[in-house]
Amino acid sequence: MNTAMNHPKSIIENFDLYAPKLVSKEEFFSPGHRACQGCGEALAIRLMCKALGKDTVITNATGCMEVISSLYPTTAWTLPWIHVAFPNAAAVGSGVEAGLTALRRKGKIADRRVKSVAIGGDGGTMDIGFQALSGAMERGHDMLYVCFDNEAYMNTGIQRSSGTPFLASTSTAPAGKKIPGNQVWKKNMAEIMVAHNLPYVATASPSYPLDFMKKVKKARRIKGPSYIHCLVTCPTGWRSASETCIKLGRLSLETGIFPLYEVEDGKYRLTVEVPEKRRPVQDYVKGQGRFRHLTPDQIQVIQERVDIEWETLMIKVNCSKSREELRAVREK
Amino acid sequence: MSEKKWPETWQEVNPGCMVFRPGSAAAYHTGSWRAMRPIWDNVKCIKCGVCYIYCPEGCVTEDADGFFEANLDYCKGCGICAHECWPGAIKMVNEED
Repeated sequence: MNTAMNHPKSIIENFDLYAPKLVSKEEFFSPGHRACQGCGEALAIRLMCKALGKDTVITNATGCMEVISSLYPTTAWTLPWIHVAFPNAAAVGSGVEAGLTALRRKGKIADRRVKSVAIGGDGGTMDIGFQALSGAMERGHDMLYVCFDNEAYMNTGIQRSSGTPFLASTSTAPAGKKIPGNQVWKKNMAEIMVAHNLPYVATASPSYPLDFMKKVKKARRIKGPSYIHCLVTCPTGWRSASETCIKLGRLSLETGIFPLYEVEDGKYRLTVEVPEKRRPVQDYVKGQGRFRHLTPDQIQVIQERVDIEWETLMIKVNCSKSREELRAVREK
Repeated sequence: MSEKKWPETWQEVNPGCMVFRPGSAAAYHTGSWRAMRPIWDNVKCIKCGVCYIYCPEGCVTEDADGFFEANLDYCKGCGICAHECWPGAIKMVNEED
């Protein structure tokens, strides 16, 4: 006998709890890839592929995911997959989409919708691949870009990127006696993508797998460019225990550091509820070796910034209107 | 395409380093990296599938009765399943025991 049998009603009451059972059992990212133990990024890729399903072409910028999944002569992918250089994942992704459209028009391939998906790490998206991404989004290709943000160049040895949070210790921004780690605040990539007037922008985390998969499915359905920013845990670079991978993602939401929201046609909406009384940043920081050097004063500085960002987001969530709504008002 | 495990000379490398067998990474067993092994206690298990959805390897599978088990050929022993299993049905034990 188990809990579910003792409380038969609870299966319906706790539908979310049992929802993982309903997820498709098909795997498109095969086991045997060489990711570190407890890699949040490998988990996110696995969930993303599940949500995308067949009829997808994946373009992968250089980064951890390319290195661990495709050690020649083997590959972990069972979807069509192409590896490109660091800066041009979005450019190649848009080319794949244009090529498929042309082949379909000429009748060389079956007339069905194949989604072009470009993926990259935070370095390949926020620093190196930024102009290609901006261009692809501006041209309005029917593609999805997913950024897997693990907050540094983990693949080459934890160098800081523009996704690295304030005061995190990395190998190129080490914490010393004078300078306590990275001196710049994290770039808010999702907001930059919102400014491109995309039909769909979302932030996600594999700690909330069903929410993440729902967003990927939604982005797949949308005709036009869409962007998902996914915060993933890196036990190696964050200097955290491998089993706390999921917990850290959850804490990043509960502290308000990385709220999960989606922007549909200009309208902000929180997708995962954040507790009324947010947890202190201290809880998130203490489990990670990259923040080990922080003093209470420095944590207070981060806390203030997180509070301000959170309030800014809440204003957007409460006051923003979709372009459809604004247009309807004008027509009256 | 040769049936060799990897090309022996440069002439055998496919143009563009293309790989023609999807999912061929499964031939490499990452289970040898493991120091701790997850053990399921099916009495406590409520069959919710949290271990299945959170496994970065995708090596946790459902058996005919609806219980879950890890494929130890691939399990790297990260301990996510044991940490996330809220009924506490999964325990990590040392590989040598």
